[in-house]
This record gives sequence, C-alpha cells and structure tokens, in this order.
Amino acid sequence: MLYEPPDYYAIDELLSDEERMVRDTARRFIEDEYQPLVTKAFRDGSFPMQIVPRLAELGFFGPTLPERYGCADLNSVAYGLINQELERGDSGIRSFASVQSGLVMYPIFTYGSEEHRTHWLPRMARGEAIGCFGLTEPDFGSNPSGMLTTARRADGGFILNGVKRWITNGNIADVAVVWARLEEDGQSAIHGFLVERDRQGYSAREMEGKFSLRASITSELFLDDCWIPEENRLPGTGSMKAPLSCLSQARYGIAWGAIGAASACYDCALSYARERIMFDKPIAAFQLVQRKLVTMVTEITKAQLLCLRLGRLKDAQHVRPEQISMAKMNNVSQALKIARLARDILGANGIIDEYPIIRHMLNLETVNTYEGTEDVHRLIIGKDITGFSAFGG
Amino acid sequence: MKILVTVKRVPDPETSIKVKPDGTGIVTDNIKWVVNPFDEIGVEEALRIKEKVAGSEVVLVSIGDKVAQEQLRTGLAMGADRAILVLADDLDPLGVARVLAKLVDDEKPDLIIMGKQAIDDDSNAVGQMLAELLGWPQGTFASQIELSDDQKSASVTREVDGGLETLSFPLPGVITADLRLNEPRYASLPGIMKARKKELKEIPVADLGVDVTPRVTITKMEPPPSREAGKIVASVEELVNLLHTEAKVI
Ligand SMILES: Cc1cc2nc3c(=O)[nH]c(=O)nc-3n(C[C@H](O)[C@H](O)[C@H](O)COP(=O)(O)OP(=O)(O)OC[C@H]3O[C@@H](n4cnc5c(N)ncnc54)[C@H](O)[C@@H]3O)c2cc1C
Repeated sequence: MLYEPPDYYAIDELLSDEERMVRDTARRFIEDEYQPLVTKAFRDGSFPMQIVPRLAELGFFGPTLPERYGCADLNSVAYGLINQELERGDSGIRSFASVQSGLVMYPIFTYGSEEHRTHWLPRMARGEAIGCFGLTEPDFGSNPSGMLTTARRADGGFILNGVKRWITNGNIADVAVVWARLEEDGQSAIHGFLVERDRQGYSAREMEGKFSLRASITSELFLDDCWIPEENRLPGTGSMKAPLSCLSQARYGIAWGAIGAASACYDCALSYARERIMFDKPIAAFQLVQRKLVTMVTEITKAQLLCLRLGRLKDAQHVRPEQISMAKMNNVSQALKIARLARDILGANGIIDEYPIIRHMLNLETVNTYEGTEDVHRLIIGKDITGFSAFGG
Repeated sequence: MKILVTVKRVPDPETSIKVKPDGTGIVTDNIKWVVNPFDEIGVEEALRIKEKVAGSEVVLVSIGDKVAQEQLRTGLAMGADRAILVLADDLDPLGVARVLAKLVDDEKPDLIIMGKQAIDDDSNAVGQMLAELLGWPQGTFASQIELSDDQKSASVTREVDGGLETLSFPLPGVITADLRLNEPRYASLPGIMKARKKELKEIPVADLGVDVTPRVTITKMEPPPSREAGKIVASVEELVNLLHTEAKVI
C-alpha cells in the first residue's frame, strides 16, 4: 500500500479528489523512483539527473502555470502537496523543483515577455531546460537589496558584472535569472535578467564541502563583463518587489516541504521506538520517549493545518507575504526540532545514513537558512504586527 | 479501435478488513478505496494499444455507487478518453455481465479488457460470462496481448500451470488481464487536470432495461479464524513430542 503519513486530524478529508490524486502521484514517484537513489546521491554529493525527465513527464515543473505553456494548471494546495511529498524524499529534490518552478518559471511567467514565456516555459516544463535563480551574493544574503551586481547598457543590451553565491542548480542551469542593479537616469533599481549558460563572461563553479543539501547542486555564478541583449531583461521587473514575490512562491512550497521531511523523521522514529528494546521494554513504552514522539506528531499536525489554510488563502488570492513567512518560519524550525528529536530516539542509528533522519536533519539546517532565515521571517512578522521595522540599517 | 475497459472500486488490498458483527458484509468506514489492481492493468494495456493504434478510443465502465467516480477519474487521469458509470447496488457477476453486454450493444467496442477478477470478492466470473452472453471469443488471464497489424485479431498469452499457452482469435473479443501483463503507469499531473474535463456519464441501472435480479445471495461473511501465537521450544525432543501429541501431524 502507498505510504500513509501521520494525519492526526484527518486533514485528508479537507482535500479534493484531485488534490489527493496529485499527492499520491508525487508520493508514488518518490517511493518507487527516488528513495532508491537518494542515499547514494547524498553520499556522493550529487543530484541524480536521471530523474529529471520523469519529474517533467509527471508534470512537477511549473505545475501551477497554465496549460498553454505545457503545465498542469494546479491550484496552490496541490502544489503544496507536491512539495510535501518531494521533501519527504529529500530537501534536495524539493529544492530542485522549487527553483525550477517557483524561482525561474514563475518570474518568466509573471515578469517576462510573451516571447520569454513561449520560448522557455514549455522547455522548462519538459525538463529540457533547467533554470537557476541568482539573488544572494557573498556579501549580501538576508539583505539582498544591497547587492553589488550591476547592469549597464551597452551595444543594444546590457553588460552584467558581479558574483552570485549559494545558487541552487547553478552548474546545471541552461538559464539563470540574475538580479542586478541598473543605474539609469539618476535612479538605481533591481532588475531581473535572463542569462543563458553559453553567454560569454558567464561561468558557474560548484561549491564543495557542504554537509547539508548534499543531494543538490549549489554553485557560484560569475558575471564578468557578460553582455546580454536588450530583450533578455524581464520587462516586468524594476524593484525588489519582483525577486521578493518569487521568494514568496518558493517559501510557500518550503512551508509544505518541511512537513514532508518532518513526517519522514517522525515515522522512522516511531517505528524504531516500538521495536527497539532497552531495559526489557520497547523504548516507545518510556514516558520520556513518548513525550518526544507526542511533540513531534503535534507539531506536524499544526504545520499541516497552517499550510492547508495558507494554501486556501493563496487560492482565494487573499494571502499576504507575512502569512507565508509565518508558515515558513514555523514549519521549518519545527521540522528541524523534530528531526533532532528523531535523531536522538534512534541513538547511534540516528547518525547513520541507513536511516533517513540524519540526512533530513542536516538538510533542514539549509532549509532553515535559505529563502529568508528563521529570524528574518520573525522580523518580517514583527514588523507586520507592531509597525516597527527591527531590521536595522 | 475502440476499447472498453472495466474499472471496479475495491478496498485497498492492504487495508485491514473487518466483517460486520451480523455477518452481512464488511465494515466500509475508514477504508481506503482504489481501482481494482487487475483493472488498472487493463487500463494500462488499453492505453498502450491506443498509443500504438492511431485514432483509438478507451472507454471506461464502472458499475456501482456514485463514489466510484473517483476510480473512473483515476483511469481518466491515466489517459482514458471517457467513462460510463452505471449506478447500481451490489450486483452479482451475472448482473454485471448483463449490464456490460447491454453497454456493448450501445458502444460497439472492438475489444473489451477487464481484470481477471476483482480483488474484493474474487469471483473471477464476469469476463467469461460476458463473452458467453455476447457470443465473443475470450482470452482470460492474459500475460501478454498482441494485436494483428490490421487489428482484426488478437493473440493472448496465458500463464497456465507449468508454462505458457497462446491463443489467437478474431476480434471483437474479451480479454482479462493477469498480474504480469504490464506495470501500470501513474497519473501525471496534467493528466489529472485533464481528467476533470473528460466526459463521465452516469446511467441508472434501471434505464438499461436489463434483468439484474441476483442469482447469488451472500448468506454469511466470517473473518478467518485468528491464529494462535507460536511457541518456542527448548529442544528437538520437545518439538517432536509436541508435533505428535499437540499438532498431531506426525
Ligand atoms: C544550500 C543553499 C542553497 C541556496 N540556494 C540559493 C539560490 O538558489 N539562490 C539564491 O539567491 N540564494 C540561495 N541560497 C542563499 C540563501 O538564501 C542565503 O544563505 C540566505 O538568504 C541567508 O543569507 P546569508 O547566508 O548571507 O546569511 P546572513 O544574512 O549573513 O545571516 C547570518 C545570520 O544573521 C542573522 N541576521 C541577518 N540579518 C539580521 C537582522 N537584521 N536581525 C537579526 N538577525 C539577522 C540571520 O538570521 C542569520 O542567523 C542558498 C543557500 C544555501 C545554504
């Protein structure tokens, strides 16, 4: 039977048949085709590229975009459920899909020209083109608006200069959405540019030595007098609003994804605790262990409810970015806590990759940091409810 | 070519089934329902034929409660073209075969593919009865199906005791699918969304004018006896002794 994750509040009943079908497709795919690969991919520090055609075939890229671009036109709840199932597999595959869908296809769809859309979206949906999103720089992470990467007009186009760091899929991307500052008419604004991989002056270098998100490629991008034609600018961009709206898409998916990683840890810890005998009893029979398991399932249930409500708000076009921040902040930090508790319950087995827990736990350290750190989201919500910005500067 | 495929809503094979205290049936609350796995194989086979033979149409049929829509949608999401749901209470195999025979009169398919049996009642009867009612050839327990180039005949490989048997017969005909026929695909996300717009026609069984009076009545259902816990014995001697005195097998 298809794996049944914790559903303590029968939240399944609140989903439509289609939403359940979408989730089950993602769940089956992860179980049958991805789980067998992930441990080795994580050990090797590589992304299993052979699954890209299958991800595409099943419709996981840009799934909320319209059918005319070869996409599935799903609602946000179904999109969230996909992220949940992917991240139950590993944060790496969810990151791959989040970047492709939320950080590249979404801005091309929202801020691109019709030529951009018809050129890139069907290809990206088919997995024939991979994208990456270059916002973060070595010296600007939580405060991307300070970025140093620049664009200036030259020869009917733009010349880009700068360095982007921590860019998921950088090395395997056919196209990068690069955010850069354009100084024009005494004004300075952030614009999005499409940079194809073979542009002169553009290069990517894979970052080595990660202990987290190992089954995902992370790169540095170098833009060294890189010329791109005028039409490569995303015409709808021109302020920080555009990249932030992309982040909202991805953060929404991450909030759901965290439930998947947390459930994988909880399930593993629960079944382990019922079978592991110590002091002549299953360790699940000890109060201190039960306390941990109960905390885990309670936090998973709360996270599920947050996400479902958030998704319904998003589908009703009623969602505010601050609400997405709350779900991202809460769900990822709780998932991290759950992963650590699960790691503890497995004792020594908790640190070996025969079980999925240590991998999820290490991954979640990244997930807690990227797309706005836990504290950055706290400050976003803090500003929203008090009216005071505590970001400094 | 037009292919009719049956799709029955059944409890998930791994759901734990409880019999109602009065023995009239099973408890259906909290059961996960799925497409009968053999029917799913049938849908897959029909879709593979459709992919090979241009202009083919795959029509799904289910007979049962309104909720069986869910299983038909699953088949539509896999890629079938349209679906018919005949609304009826539990029918016996002959009733089901008669309803299907009537639909065949209206739909005139070139081929009918069904699961070899439904995993709920395991009757393994409808395919055979339907072929008989229609006077069509049948190939049951198919582990491989090959159509002639003109699609006028089929050759069906069956797994029989100790080997394989291959039958050939002219179409139209009835084929029932066995486990190893294929590995069914799962619905893609665009497939799921497209399924929403595909036709799913509901027909009350009374409108078909078919005699579905049950010939078979279920008198009682019982769960299998629960197994007693095993015993760990200390020595071979004790084992032999117990096999003799208690289990009475030696
Ligand atoms: C594996 C991985 C993949 C990534 N993929 C991408 C990608 O594809 N594209 C992309 O553009 N970026 C990506 N990132 C970058 C990620 O978004 C940044 O790391 C993140 O925004 C945090 O920035 P930073 O690392 O510079 O941390 P910093 O901003 O230096 O933060 C360090 C610490 O200071 C805290 N802090 C910062 N400002 C404040 C404040 N005002 N008040 C209180 N505390 C504060 C933070 O909460 C944090 O704890 C990725 C990162 C990783 C690890």
